[in-house]
Amino acid sequence: MSNVFIAFQKNEESRAIVNAILADNPGAILNEQPAMVKIDVPRRMVIRKSTIEREIGRDFDLQEMQVHLITMSGNVDETDDEFTLAWHQ
Amino acid sequence: MDMKVSKKLGLKERYNLMTRDLAWTPTYQSVKDAFPYMEYEGIKIHDWDKFEDPFRMTMDSYWKYQAEKERKLYAIIDAFAQNNGHLGVTDARYINTLKLFLTGITPNEYMAHRGFAHVGRQFPGAGPRVACLMQSLDEIRHAQTQIHSLSNYNKHYNGFQNWHHQHDRVWFLSVPKSFFDDALTSGPFEFMVAIGFAFEYVLTNLLFVPFISGAAYNGDMGAMAFGFSAQSDESRHMTLGLEIIKFILEQDPDNLPIVQAWLDKWFWRGYRVLTLVAMMMDYMLPKRVMSWKEAWEIYAEQNGGALFNDLARYGIKVPKGWSQACKDKDHLSHQAWNVFYNYGAAAPFHTWAPGEKDMEWLSAKYPDTFDKYYRPLWTHYAREQAEGRRFYNGTLPMLCQVCQVPMFFTEPDDPTKIAYRESEYRGMKYHCCSDGCKHIFDNEPEKYVQSWLPVHQIYQGNCFPEDADPSKPGFNPLAEVVRWYGIGWGRDNLDYADSEDKKNFETWRAQATGN
Repeated sequence: MSNVFIAFQKNEESRAIVNAILADNPGAILNEQPAMVKIDVPRRMVIRKSTIEREIGRDFDLQEMQVHLITMSGNVDETDDEFTLAWHQ
Repeated sequence: MDMKVSKKLGLKERYNLMTRDLAWTPTYQSVKDAFPYMEYEGIKIHDWDKFEDPFRMTMDSYWKYQAEKERKLYAIIDAFAQNNGHLGVTDARYINTLKLFLTGITPNEYMAHRGFAHVGRQFPGAGPRVACLMQSLDEIRHAQTQIHSLSNYNKHYNGFQNWHHQHDRVWFLSVPKSFFDDALTSGPFEFMVAIGFAFEYVLTNLLFVPFISGAAYNGDMGAMAFGFSAQSDESRHMTLGLEIIKFILEQDPDNLPIVQAWLDKWFWRGYRVLTLVAMMMDYMLPKRVMSWKEAWEIYAEQNGGALFNDLARYGIKVPKGWSQACKDKDHLSHQAWNVFYNYGAAAPFHTWAPGEKDMEWLSAKYPDTFDKYYRPLWTHYAREQAEGRRFYNGTLPMLCQVCQVPMFFTEPDDPTKIAYRESEYRGMKYHCCSDGCKHIFDNEPEKYVQSWLPVHQIYQGNCFPEDADPSKPGFNPLAEVVRWYGIGWGRDNLDYADSEDKKNFETWRAQATGN
């Protein structure tokens, strides 16, 4: 089964995003590299606005992730509440 | 009285209102006249409204987030300059990767800006048009922020001063330059498959992620800042590339063979450009994040593998040349840096032979090939250099007609034999470095016979300054070419060991740590 992944710059905001991803995706593999952090999840990853808000302690618009993103892999779907990355097979 | 509170629009509604709903169908001009390039490539699109940006990014949000990125970037650039950031890098050898980046990559960011502005204008669909507009703006921002960030190094180090002049002239810079020229002179759909998909989605991770992570690892806050700022746009670019290829394939079954042929071509074109990145990762970074081979395994084999697996439902196959590229991973960087060591007089950055500790690392990362094929070469060079005979190749290499890389790549199954391929077109012979490039040439010979090959041009006398006189006794052609390139002899080129950069860096570092 193929992994999807996403990578962020290492900073205060992305720390909350990463914690949220780890909480919402059992099986997520965290890989810390110089100045960046990459998370792999088998087949499908979900990033939830509500979980990030709990981590970060304020309202969070999922599009704010744009500022910290480095790269990702998989088919994207973004709504107000969830951002998902998936391989269909 | 009941008050009706108007709910804030959801992402999907906002995207629809701000993209498709702002578009119109022309009435006093025909659609065909307004979008004249939509048919000649053979791609059939029936319903442009089927394309949707999965990020659902609208122009108003785009400006908001881009402004935020710029503020962050310039705060870092200022701090970097104020804090003598140019002294903080591991070693001044590292600076040479930035010279390679500025001359080879930055001008192509600008070309990407032009390309996406062009195709955005040509697509009748509002969704792709808006996404291309955003990418076009991103790309010009990347060019500008890279030039701006690196201008700080230009104050302290040699070799940065003529980057754009060199991009249009220097032998190895014709590799990335011709890659983009090739894409820009394709039709709009081919450009999207070439740059949007094959380059941005399949290969860009191998360019930016190791480069920026490498910059961070080597203490370069300046390059890290522009790199990250640019990279934060890349996820959008990659997504556009993937969505557009899926969109094209879903629109008509006749599109599949055309797209597959473009994928085969552009995977190989892009892979050849990455030769420069391979040697940068393994040889030019004083502190290395990972080897080229490891990066290839993660980002090409695993991730690319997953991608093509996913696209198999459309009938897409792994690009031609994929298995050869996977075999080459053990050899690519070593062969490339050897060529640069040879031609270190004609490059606007410094070259060097790896030291003993570097070779230990290379040997550990490449257990099957380094000690067997490449260590003896470097040991020989080092011995020659120690005896005052640093080797510089005084002849010019044959270039591949398609990728324009010197013909040094070896046969896929024999790393001791250089690969030569030959094609004939209208009574003339043309040379290619590989089956991949020959295949591309044979499909479009009328395009590639026009290549501006730097070595041919030098031999034809087109690469000397105006005041050069080849009939003068003692005329040195190489020195004149280097002068025409705008490379300061002995200052911008030759071995790092004897460079002003090295001397200055050591002096400044000594001053920085004491009086």
